Amino acid sequence: MNTNSPQAGRTSHRKLVRKLVLLAVGMFGFGFAMWPLYNVFCDLTGLGGRGVKVAESAGDVQKSDRHVKIRFDATVNSGLPWVFEAKDKSSWVTLGEMTEAWYLAMNPADQAIAGHAIYNVTPPEASLYFVKTECFCFTEQVLQANETKEMPVYYFIQPDLPEHIKEITLSYTFYRDENSTAVAQAAGSDSSPE
Amino acid sequence: MSIETTHSHDESHDDHHDHAPSGFLDRWLFTTNHKDIGTLYLVFSLLMFFIGGSMAMIIRAELFMPGLQLVEPDFFNQMTTMHALIMVFGAVMPAWVGFANWMIPMMIGAPDMALPRMNNWSFWILPFAFTMLLSTLFMDSGGPAAGWTLYPPLSLQGGQSFAFVVFAVHMMGISSIMGSINVIATILNMRAPGMTLLKMPLFVWTWLITAFLLIAVMPVLAGAVTMLLTDHFFGTSFFNAAGGGDPVMFQHIFWFFGHPEVYIMILPAFGVVSEIIPTFARKPLFGYTAMVYATASIAFLSFIVWAHHMFTVGMPLTGELFFMYATMLIAVPTGVKVFNWVSTMWRGSMTFETPMLFAIGFVVLFTIGGLSGLMLAIAAVDLQYHDTYFVVAHFHYVLVPGAVFALMAGTYYWLPKWTGHMYSEKWGKIHFWVSTISVNILFFPQHYLGLAGMPRRIPDYSTQFADFNMISSIGGFIFGASQLIFVGVIVHCVYKSRKAATAQVWEGARGLEWTLSSPPPYHSFNTPPPINASTVAHADEAH
Repeated sequence: MNTNSPQAGRTSHRKLVRKLVLLAVGMFGFGFAMWPLYNVFCDLTGLGGRGVKVAESAGDVQKSDRHVKIRFDATVNSGLPWVFEAKDKSSWVTLGEMTEAWYLAMNPADQAIAGHAIYNVTPPEASLYFVKTECFCFTEQVLQANETKEMPVYYFIQPDLPEHIKEITLSYTFYRDENSTAVAQAAGSDSSPE
Repeated sequence: MSIETTHSHDESHDDHHDHAPSGFLDRWLFTTNHKDIGTLYLVFSLLMFFIGGSMAMIIRAELFMPGLQLVEPDFFNQMTTMHALIMVFGAVMPAWVGFANWMIPMMIGAPDMALPRMNNWSFWILPFAFTMLLSTLFMDSGGPAAGWTLYPPLSLQGGQSFAFVVFAVHMMGISSIMGSINVIATILNMRAPGMTLLKMPLFVWTWLITAFLLIAVMPVLAGAVTMLLTDHFFGTSFFNAAGGGDPVMFQHIFWFFGHPEVYIMILPAFGVVSEIIPTFARKPLFGYTAMVYATASIAFLSFIVWAHHMFTVGMPLTGELFFMYATMLIAVPTGVKVFNWVSTMWRGSMTFETPMLFAIGFVVLFTIGGLSGLMLAIAAVDLQYHDTYFVVAHFHYVLVPGAVFALMAGTYYWLPKWTGHMYSEKWGKIHFWVSTISVNILFFPQHYLGLAGMPRRIPDYSTQFADFNMISSIGGFIFGASQLIFVGVIVHCVYKSRKAATAQVWEGARGLEWTLSSPPPYHSFNTPPPINASTVAHADEAH
């Protein structure tokens, strides 16, 4: 087979080493490529429950007479001193019908704090049929000292939701936004939403 | 003893080159000799084995009784994390590179490794990497404490010393990649004429495959820790949910590295055991080609099973099923290996010198670890076993009486070849029996603890776990102490042993390394040796 004598070594080493180094560099890049690939994969499959679509309006989506139960979950990251909860714990919605849900956030601190909400949907597969037209999670939220704010989500569930899904949980986690320009500029320069 | 070999006269004209450099720095710091570098790797990994082992002793001492007696919980977490990092990257991996350095050129009839200067560099990076890693224990924010898997967000909540951990991992990675490039270049380009791929000893085969695994996955780990570094210090959000990242993605990237990594630690062990068992069974290895293909299959499968470490993250059912079945598939090539070792011993004229004892201990105890791995592979029950002591028992069975026993078997097997002296067989056997009994006292009760629900990486536990933990700790202390016998046997063999080793050393040993004198000349095989049925390790089964 391909046996070289030791004397023939140098040049063939160089070629082989070049290929192996290239492989190592390529795999280093592959590690980073996982980031966009993972996001694309999650968007396509709904993995992680983040496949929610954003639309301008419900448009001409066909209403169906099927109902599913939507549960609302609210969590605050330990870095943010807010109180945050869903106004209703759950509600029944008609597929294809535009629906609204309200969340409440309260800032007990004596200074303005900005936060950002991250959502996910369980079961993850359901996120592919979940369409939001407006959500407080789309933008940064600033709460003045001791302010309480009601925040809406407008959404509908596409009527082609698979039959076996009877219940969907929409979950939000609020994180502190350390780099908020709104809070940094001046306390109290923020206007209330809606 | 006389060291008449067929080509000792080939070496004689080289005698004036045949002396190692005399100065200490020239000999060890600037060396490009594969045997010296192999020795450096082995000594370094033995040192790391004891440093990592002392951390294990602290862990077992704290877990001796329920409640907190000895250490603070945060320090306990640092110990579990550092113990794992040091044992994986500092003890087992460099030890295998040490074996590769010593044995591969001698086994394929090459004069040295392909890239001797890079070889020197890849070793001398390691002491710096581990000094950096260990120095974090003395820093204000302490060592890494989030587990060796470094999962965010926990790992990102550590202090400034985290940067040292990341750079230490980078350096270990660079060292491993350079070492692997060297191994591949040596094996593919430097074999003596006639040493075809399917005539290579199995240890060389397993290392060739291991080296490809290393080059494929160490850079992925480097990428993952780099992302942690920028998340921690430079405000990126790869794994930070608040910024749109996903901590679960880290687990995917980490285990894409992590699963091949466990085979990186065990494949060379398969190789060593496949060399030792035929020697002491005095029969050719059963199913040589099947062994080669089984090794390659295991390596391939290792890339598509990573998420079995993450069954509890909330994967879709199809994902759980895929990773469950793919994982179970690994039992097939592994079973091929175990049955081949057993078949090699079947009706052989077996003798039980220390290397053989360790090799048989490996086959039995590694199989226990493999079977508990199959239990963990069942996604439905893994939800119960996940992150319990059952997992700890499983991977310690495959790593300690698995990889580490194979390292010891290999050490006893080749130590007479390396040093030219026989080690003390009596003390070798004592070392084997004390280690084997104590390692089972140490890890077997942990299966029960895990099944009963004791979580891993916690310094305190509920009182119903008390008895098994005490038994486990006692086993741990005996196992730890018995490794001092190992050091004693090695030191005695190197400096004190009066009993010279023959070139052949073991009656049934076959392969090129046994055609060299014991110890082998500083430069061996400057002229490629003849390859024929009498110098090929597994000739009878290769065709």
